Amino acid sequence: MADFKINIVADLESLKDKVSAARAAEKIRISLCMGNGCLAAGAGEVYDALKESLEKHGVATKSDLFDEGVKDNINYTHTGCQGMCQHGPLLQIDPENNSDKGITYMKVTVDDVDEIVEKTIMNGEVIERLLHKDANGVSYKNYKDIPFYQLQTFVTMKDCGRINPHDIREYIGIGGYLGLANALKSTPADVIKTMTDSGLKGRGGGGFPTGVKWNFCAKETAPKKYVVCNGDEGDPGAFMDDAIMDGSPQSILEGMRIAGFAIGADEGWIYVRAEYPHAVKSLGKAIEEAREYGLLGDNILGSGMKFDIHIKEGAGAFVCGEETALLASIEGKRGMPRPKPPFPAHSGLFGKPTIINNVETFANVPKIMLLGADVFKQNGVEGSYGTKTFSITGDIVNSGLIEVPMGTKMSDIVYKIGGGVLNNAKLKAVQVGGPSGGCVPADKADVSMDYDSVKAVGAIVGSGGLVVMSETACMVDVAKYFMTFTQSESCGKCTMCREGTKRMLEILTKICDGRGEDGDIETLEELAKAVSDGSLCALGKTAPNPVLSTLRYFRSEYEAHIYDKKCPAGKCTAFKKYHIIPDKCKGCSACARKCPVGAISGELKKPFVIDSEKCIKCGVCAATCKFGAIEF
Amino acid sequence: MSGTIIINNQPVAFDKEKSLLEVITNAGIDLHTLCYNKQLAPFGACRMCIVENEKGMLMTACTTAPADGMNIKTHTPRVNRIRKMALELVLGNHPSECQTCDKSGHCRLQDAANAYGVDKIRFKKPEKDPKVDNLGPSLIRDNNKCVLCGNCVRVCEEIQGVKAINFAGRGSNSKIACAFDVPLSESTCINCGQCLAVCPTGAITPLDQTWKVKEAIADENKLVVFQFAPSVRAALTEEYGIENAPKAMAKATTALKMMGVDYVFDTNWSADLTIWEEATEFLGRVAKGERLPLFTSCCPAWIKYCEEFYPEFLNNLSTCKSPQGMLSAYVKKYLADDLNLDLGDKKIFMVSVMPCTAKKYEASRKQLVTKDGEPETDVVLTSQEIIKLFREYGFNLADLAETPMDNPLSQHTGGGVIFGVSGGVAEAVVRYAFNDGAVVEACRGTQELKEIDLDYKGIPVKVAIVNGMDNAGKLLDAIKSGEKEYTIIEVMCCRGGCIGGGGQPVPNEMAQRELRKDTIYDADYLAALKNPADNPDVKAIYERHLGEPNSHAAHEILHTSYEPRDKVTGQWSKD
Ligand SMILES: Cc1cc2nc3c(=O)[nH]c(=O)nc-3n(C[C@H](O)[C@H](O)[C@H](O)COP(=O)(O)O)c2cc1C
Ligand code: SF4
Ligand code: SF4
Ligand code: SF4
Ligand code: FES
Repeated sequence: MADFKINIVADLESLKDKVSAARAAEKIRISLCMGNGCLAAGAGEVYDALKESLEKHGVATKSDLFDEGVKDNINYTHTGCQGMCQHGPLLQIDPENNSDKGITYMKVTVDDVDEIVEKTIMNGEVIERLLHKDANGVSYKNYKDIPFYQLQTFVTMKDCGRINPHDIREYIGIGGYLGLANALKSTPADVIKTMTDSGLKGRGGGGFPTGVKWNFCAKETAPKKYVVCNGDEGDPGAFMDDAIMDGSPQSILEGMRIAGFAIGADEGWIYVRAEYPHAVKSLGKAIEEAREYGLLGDNILGSGMKFDIHIKEGAGAFVCGEETALLASIEGKRGMPRPKPPFPAHSGLFGKPTIINNVETFANVPKIMLLGADVFKQNGVEGSYGTKTFSITGDIVNSGLIEVPMGTKMSDIVYKIGGGVLNNAKLKAVQVGGPSGGCVPADKADVSMDYDSVKAVGAIVGSGGLVVMSETACMVDVAKYFMTFTQSESCGKCTMCREGTKRMLEILTKICDGRGEDGDIETLEELAKAVSDGSLCALGKTAPNPVLSTLRYFRSEYEAHIYDKKCPAGKCTAFKKYHIIPDKCKGCSACARKCPVGAISGELKKPFVIDSEKCIKCGVCAATCKFGAIEF
Repeated sequence: MSGTIIINNQPVAFDKEKSLLEVITNAGIDLHTLCYNKQLAPFGACRMCIVENEKGMLMTACTTAPADGMNIKTHTPRVNRIRKMALELVLGNHPSECQTCDKSGHCRLQDAANAYGVDKIRFKKPEKDPKVDNLGPSLIRDNNKCVLCGNCVRVCEEIQGVKAINFAGRGSNSKIACAFDVPLSESTCINCGQCLAVCPTGAITPLDQTWKVKEAIADENKLVVFQFAPSVRAALTEEYGIENAPKAMAKATTALKMMGVDYVFDTNWSADLTIWEEATEFLGRVAKGERLPLFTSCCPAWIKYCEEFYPEFLNNLSTCKSPQGMLSAYVKKYLADDLNLDLGDKKIFMVSVMPCTAKKYEASRKQLVTKDGEPETDVVLTSQEIIKLFREYGFNLADLAETPMDNPLSQHTGGGVIFGVSGGVAEAVVRYAFNDGAVVEACRGTQELKEIDLDYKGIPVKVAIVNGMDNAGKLLDAIKSGEKEYTIIEVMCCRGGCIGGGGQPVPNEMAQRELRKDTIYDADYLAALKNPADNPDVKAIYERHLGEPNSHAAHEILHTSYEPRDKVTGQWSKD
């Protein structure tokens, strides 16, 4: 059980001071990243090994944050995602609780732990080998100096890799719940005003102003209302919400409670996809702790406010991230969107007024309530204030999770933070906004990453997925990839999306398979327009975006596939042909004898030829030829 | 809310319409929608009702509430493009077998495709799914023809409270199915056919058994006997534009005789008989104060629903067979005797024509068999099927001569004919036991629930009349919780009563049902006798065979029993 209950704001403040003092007294804080990326890279084993090694070497570690009796006052703990997932597991060693003096190790393995304990922890020596080295061979002792981090601005992700997410006291120690305290001291109307003034827009994809949404709901007079947090995060390759839920769960709970106060709700639901077991666990633990400390339940912080939160594990359908489908799913119904209006703010969960916001949106709220709208607005640009998390994947040097002020140039994200295109290849395009977004071509790479500018180039900020593509990407194939995703995720309710995505995929597949015909592009365009105009929910309405944007910028690639029967990027195998390089062929006939369809002919000792009409591209010939004379 | 909306540049006043689509329809514009049904919650799936406002915003009219000052256009190039594409996409998945489809001529998809001039289908049709659900006693469900409008799912849940069918699968693999993908006959489906009534396409049709009837007529060894339910005459007047119900029946009799049918009787006669039995049973229970409230038992869909979901009330059901069951049982046992027929090797083949798909299922109930274990009713044809048969024979009923129906099982009173509407059975009971044949206005109308207070020899009698299975379920819950108390409850599964049965011609909306209701009350008005107690041909059979109502002999052929069923599979629990 909790050491004590937080009954009034003063309790919160005194606990904060106590935690700060305890942390300040720590000689060394060792934080292993246990975010999903690092766990996948073996952080679980490293955690145990390091613990064992510390014991073996007689390094006493604190058993609890407030355990000060330990000789060296060393705290060995774990955190949520520290950002550079690609180089995990990440280990941060901060002497005297000062991260500026810290040492950041990457790609730590079980074999490294003894050395880390002996050299770094016991003797303060830096192990050069475990530091991050950039492409130019420069190595960095402290993560803060790495350009990847240096160019970012952390707000919602600030605490994520820096505190133990399973200890509410650490969150309180860095100012957690003071935002809520501020809110409770003012009025719901003031809170909504601050939110509206901040200009925060929903981070779940729609970009709707959060304060305005809350205001709609606050105006409803129903006695029962709900606050729902959308943690479905179904975009392939997106994992920022997971990182926040796992690494900073209390910030979401705090944001939801502030929302509850603003609209007059006493109950909250967090919808998390079941494929995020760590986030579910972390949130569950956080709710439990908040209840124990009196930060959930009756009379929160002595204000008389009542609030509790439940978790609903979703079955992981993309469409369940759509708010009306999500609400249906919490209600135990089939996760199918329904037409709006009525909007959830008027009639939502169980027919009651409900606000539903994204994880990252909620994570911004405590900061705004703590520091004020003006501080929030210091980041970002007109119409798009604050920071935004993005996940960068694809052909990029530093893939991972980042947070930057809105309005950052896309090229800065790709080249400066992301370290450029993999293998120094040329950038072709970036798919922005996941399957609902669009492809931004390289010549538009300096687009400012704000809602309006991104929309103007035919994409959407969406939830912040960035897929970087080099010259080797075929844009028809890319459109096909995203259409495959949306068509399989369509809920099937409305005709346009259900049948339209299926037929668009059919045509894209046909084009990639070399069976494209005159008229296909026109049908595709007609379909794309009708589906985006005519679908019921945003899944269908935005499903054609990858097709429309690739047609807008890369139409000639479609035409090359259809009319010249060529894939300019050399990606679509249908257009590839096996052929024999005459200079290399010795005329041994080995290939001709192996070909299952008799497509190879020739005279012995003279170069053979492959009849591409007959060839079924099985590749047996190429594998047979001892002289490397057969190419694909 | 009321106000004015500009539709296609013309001001249109609206008053109580719930959706913009209703306003548009009432203004005389048909958008050829597929997923809209006035009695169901709007769904917004077919996208055919999309309209554009003056700002270029698109909205589905079915899900938009009308508001004063709206300004919309229903047929801009943009919305027409969407509709045409929606139809092309649907047809790309549709077998397009209109010539051989049961629904041809009444199909909303056919109608829409035609109206919007869909002239090409650029998409390859998928392989047909050979799995058609035709194993049950009453309905055929062919998902190949389904456009996933969800009407059937919603009617089954919202109006009938059964939830036998739902969406299964996702995206383009979506389909309508029972839980665990079992056939309807292995589900809780009560065979009401209301799904069929709201299906815009031929995906749900009545199980066609006309071939069996044709075979029987051709069979020398079969004496083919027909009976006609009250509501079928309302379907026939509607279909053929015949003046009134008695005329329609006289013409139908001509048609059947031309086809070679031996006897044509009237279920109205056995409806009168039902009242003799049921009213007697009721008054007996009132006198003893036991097994009350009494529930009527003429609706087989209601019987199955009660067996599945409310077995605790089975003891309260009247043990009377339905009028169909009574007539069939009587014919098989006594007809030869009554008419002095020497049947020799001939067997009686009993066909009943019903407004109802559930009657097909009723005929298959294990309790409704003769002493030799044969079904009392051999085949049930729906109104839709009899009309189809007449078409095959080339009859335009309106032009046929009139032939009286056969004696002695056709004469009836107004009390028998009104069985076709919700409130009819209750009114007939009142006429028999309380007021000697007077009209009871309080029983009339298609409201979901009607309540009437009566007095029987100083004992207060509280009558409830409910239609729509979900309404009945709610009423049963209220009785269970003690919130409501009644003495007798008439339950009809279909909204409006049997005139809206699943076997009736489509469209089968409340608007049609209202007209059919008028036809039925009109027939009551035309009937010489009003009180079932005055039916001489019913009196006669008691004198000749049965003694008195509820006698042992009467019980033997006119009463039946019920058994609880599994709530999930719908099968008899004991079997
Ligand atoms: C197909 C589809 C999937 C969505 N998935 C998510 C999601 O995973 N997470 C999310 O926060 N919002 C998602 N949304 C957006 C939500 O419907 C909703 O707009 C959002 O949760 C509102 O929160 P916000 O205003 O804070 O962004 C999705 C929308 C659609 C149409
Ligand atoms: S647009 Fe797609 S996902 Fe949305 S309701 Fe229609 S079918 Fe379902
Ligand atoms: S027949 Fe009635 S119970 Fe059966 S599926 Fe159709 S609507 Fe439901
Ligand atoms: S079976 Fe008929 S009513 Fe049911 S979803 Fe399909 S088309 Fe609609
Ligand atoms: S009638 Fe409105 S979408 Fe089908």
